[in-house]
Formats: sequence, C-alpha cells, structure tokens
Amino acid sequence: MAGLLSALRTPRGIVTVFLLLVLAVLPLLTQAFDQRYLLSVSTRIVIWSIAAVSLNVILGYGGLVSFGHAAFLGIGGYAVGILSAEGFESGWLQWPVAILVAVVWATLIGALSLRTRGVYFIMITLAFAQLVYYLSSGLAAYGGDDGLNISRSRFPGLIDLRDKAAFYWLCFVLLCGTLWFCSRLVHSRFGYVLRGAKSNELRMTALGFPVFRYRLVAFALAGAFGALAGILLANDGAYISPAMMSWVKSGDLIVIVVLGGIGALFGPLYGAVAFFVVEEFLPPLLDLLHRGWGEYWQIVFGPLLVMIALYARGGIDSLLGRRRD
Amino acid sequence: MDYLLIQVLNGVQLGLLMFLLAAGLTLTFGIMDLVNLAHGSLYMMGAYFAWTLIGWTNSFVLGALLALPACFLLGVIVEIVVARRLYARDHLDQVLATFGLILFFNELVRAIWGPEGRSIAVPAFLNRTVNILPGVPYPAYRFALIVVGTIVAILLAWLVARTRVGMLIRAGASNRRMIAALGVNIELLFSLVFGLGAVFAGLAGLMAAPIASVKIGMGDDILIVAFVIIVIGGIGSIKGAFVAAMVVGQIDIVGRAFLPDFLKTFMGAASASAAAPAISQVLIYIVMAAVLVWRPTGLFGQRT
Repeated sequence: MAGLLSALRTPRGIVTVFLLLVLAVLPLLTQAFDQRYLLSVSTRIVIWSIAAVSLNVILGYGGLVSFGHAAFLGIGGYAVGILSAEGFESGWLQWPVAILVAVVWATLIGALSLRTRGVYFIMITLAFAQLVYYLSSGLAAYGGDDGLNISRSRFPGLIDLRDKAAFYWLCFVLLCGTLWFCSRLVHSRFGYVLRGAKSNELRMTALGFPVFRYRLVAFALAGAFGALAGILLANDGAYISPAMMSWVKSGDLIVIVVLGGIGALFGPLYGAVAFFVVEEFLPPLLDLLHRGWGEYWQIVFGPLLVMIALYARGGIDSLLGRRRD
Repeated sequence: MDYLLIQVLNGVQLGLLMFLLAAGLTLTFGIMDLVNLAHGSLYMMGAYFAWTLIGWTNSFVLGALLALPACFLLGVIVEIVVARRLYARDHLDQVLATFGLILFFNELVRAIWGPEGRSIAVPAFLNRTVNILPGVPYPAYRFALIVVGTIVAILLAWLVARTRVGMLIRAGASNRRMIAALGVNIELLFSLVFGLGAVFAGLAGLMAAPIASVKIGMGDDILIVAFVIIVIGGIGSIKGAFVAAMVVGQIDIVGRAFLPDFLKTFMGAASASAAAPAISQVLIYIVMAAVLVWRPTGLFGQRT
C-alpha cells in the first residue's frame, strides 16, 4: 500500500494507476453506456499489451531486436486451434501445451539466432517467423491460408470464455500477472545480468556471466508470454489464421513497444493503448477534416512512425518524467 | 529432361529478379549501414510508375525506360528526406522508420491508383515463344528477362569493380569515415547509391509486373526474401547476393515444380499441391538458418 501511495506522487504513477483502474472497471463502463464495440477494442488492447510486454523483455531489457515475435502468438493460437479442431477442448490441456510448444520452439530458434549479432539477428528471427507463417498456411487440414473457425477453450465450472466481459477480465488479470512477473524479473539478478549484457556484453562475459544462456532463457520466457497472448487472441475471435503471425504483426509489436517507451515496465501498455487509439480515432478525425480522407489514415500514421523513430526515442514513457531506475 | 531445363531457366529468371532487388539492398546496407524495409516499396513504385507511363506512351519499352529515372528521383527524395537521418541511428530506429515508410507508400498507392490490382500486358513483340533448344519452346518474355537481368548484373559488377564510383562504393563499405576524411563528398555518394538501388528495385518490379501483377504490398513479401538473400550472401557483398539469389531462385522453382509430384507419393493430391509452395518457401528459410549457423556473417560477409 505504501508503495502504491509513493507511486501516486509521480506523473508516471498517476497515469499508470489511472490507466489500470480504468481497464479494471471497463466492462462495467461499457455496459453502462452500451458500448459493446469499445469492449472488444479494449480486449484487443489488453491482449496486445501482453504480447508487447513479452517482446519488451528481449527487445527492451535484452537489447535484442527480434523481428519475429508474432510467430509465438501464432504458435499459441494454432496450438489451441488445432487441439480444439481435434476435439480436445479443455483449456487445462490446451493452454499448457500451447505454452510448452512455444517455449520449445523459442529455445530451439533462440539457440540458433543468438549466435548472430545485430542485423543478422533481426533477419534470422524474421526468417524463422516466416517459416512458421508458411508452415501454417500450408496446413490445408486446418484452413491453410484462409484460417479456421475454432471453438473456444473450455474451463468447465470456472469461466465461460464466450462471455465477453468475463473474457475481458481474464485477459486483464493475465496482463497484470504478466506485468508483475516482468517487474520481478527485471529487478532480479537475472534482469540485471540481462540489462548489463545489453549495455556491455564483453564486460558481462569478462565478469564470468554466461551471457548466451541468460539471453536464451529470456528469449524462451518472451516466447512463453507471446504464446499466452496468442492463446487469448485465438479465443477472442474464435478464429486462427496465418495472418496473425505475418511479419507486419511483428512490426506492429515493435511499434507498440517503441511507441510506449522501450525498456519501461508499463511502456508496452501505454504503447498498445496509443496504437489502438490512433487506429480507431485517426480515421474519423481525418474524415472530419475532409470527407474520405479517413480511409487513408496510414498516410499520416506512416510518417508519424518515422517522426517517432527520429525524434521521440523514449516514447510515451519519457513524457512522464525521468525513470527512477 | 526438357521440363527440367525449363524449370531451371525459370529459377534463373526468378533469381535474376531477386538479385536486382537484393543488389540495391545490400549496397545501402553495406555502405550506409541502413536496414531499409522500404526497399520493397520502391519495387512496388517501379511497377506502378511503369503502369502509368506505359499507359501514356502506349509502349512497354518506352514506359519502362521512363519509369527508371522516376524511380531514381524517388529514391533520392526518400534518401534526403528520411534515410539520411537514419544512418547514424541504431537498427531499431531504422526498422521503425522504414516500417512507417512502407505503411505510407502502400496507402499512397491505394489513394492514387486505387485498391484493385493492375496488370501490365506482355509487350506484343515478346508475346511468343523462342526455341532455346531445337524443339524446346520457352516464353520470349521470360527469356528477355533473363537477358536483361544478366546484362544488368554484368553492368553492376563492372560498375562496382572497375569504375571510380564503384571504387568509392567499395571503400565506403569498408570504412565510411576514412573516405569522408579523404575528401570524398560522402553525402552525394550516399544519395547516388540509394538512387541506384531504387532504380534496380524499380526495374525488378516493372519486369516482374507482366508475370505477376501490380498490386499494393507486392514488394513486402518479396522484400523479406531479398533480405534472406543478402543475409545468406553476406551483407554488402554483390557477389554473395548474386550467388544467394541464384540458389534461392532454384529452390523456389524446383520446390514448386517437383515437390507436388514427390509429395503425392505419400499424401493426397489436394493437400500435396497446397503444401508444396509452403514447403518450398520454408526450405529457403531453412537454408538461411543453416548458412547463418555455419557462417554467422553469411557466405561472403566480412568476418568480425
């Protein structure tokens, strides 16, 4: 409680607590004002926040530009989808299997990718993601390119995922859990080693830390939480398709992380909110200026990204004042 | 046997197209140290410029020739307005900014040329077949692509290896600051290289247009393959890009041509024809992963 009160003294704390409170009670608000669409947008925001938090572990704290993170979402989604298509609808089975598959895959490709540096790393992670993408589009039995309608995971007696509000709260609780885990992680010895290797790999190696292994574990963890986001995404729309892991989605995730503030705990959350707010509100805004312009909102959004990359390195987080750590 | 020869030629033709796209990418990468995701957009713009100019001039050759300077101009503008500010930044900034450029160009094309795809007809004088061997016909347009692609590849090799500009390009790739210190106008050189890369990308786009189609985002997926090529070949190496493009071209075509029959031996015909293109794409990425594990800086890349 004392921690919460001291957090409320900084602009960052106020914004974060306010944002989390709004997100926590959102289904009540949307019900009161009968804004069902807003609830579905918010569900997506929360799910993409989880994905972005997981990417932030390797991208923000590890300094490794992984350009294939959407593949883990896809693996999570497809594990749920394939199991459900084969008649295994219990979430108690689906979810652990999905996460396990993602961890195994992340460990495998991490072990290969982490041997490379810089732009080679960007490209090899992208290539592995494309590999998964094409594999999924080749699965004719599970919809191929078109994707597949699936039935949602079942947790009998616990929660019905078809209930929009209940599903939203589940996603929100999982987001809070992910954020909590992430904050414990980065403030642990493990997190300090990871961040140390980001700023000076040679020095960390000289100090005797097996940097490669630390990074591999971080990569696998990021894969696990990415898969969690994918599981939720599949259950949100009751639908899986290769499109959920196209490389543009991986790009979107990087945009969300950088937009929010790279290497900031709540950065991905700010980023996801901002990203979807822009996506939802920029078109009508442009339409107000001139009818028909709204359709072409990405003409504005694209250069906006360029400006952010050039002039706003710290993202939204840096607008909230200096960070304590 | 004839079938095999034709498929190999198709692979060569695809490889040459990919080489054109990859050449510009590997140059901007090797010299300016820029991850330019928007290179695929220049490929797309080349095709759209050509579509418009061919419509105006009523001649494929004339339209195509006019599209190239347009691509050069566009490349130079992109360099001056955006790319130039990114050279000194880290890769993450470059990915983000050029990702923004992709969104911009895709949407711009949609606003100007409309959402539906366009097609460029194969020019009449090439709309026939030639006998590459007695009794083995091959589409003349594809054959022309191989000829043009080969000529451009040789020109590029000559430019890089034998001319003063090429010497500066190679010097820039190995040590930028040194050649700037020696009094070379490095900004001009960078603009030139970027424009040149745009011309090659545009040329690849407009030459591919009659075979594929002119559509929004046409450069996005092929760009990833171009990146795979330069990573396999080693970043900054023209020779590496050429070798890798040829390998990737063969894998893709051979996969498409022969995998379905092979897969049919142990799975149903329908799922075999669905799985084959996917598997041949996957093969490309497996080759890349294997190369990177074996040589983390590509086949012809500089050792660090």
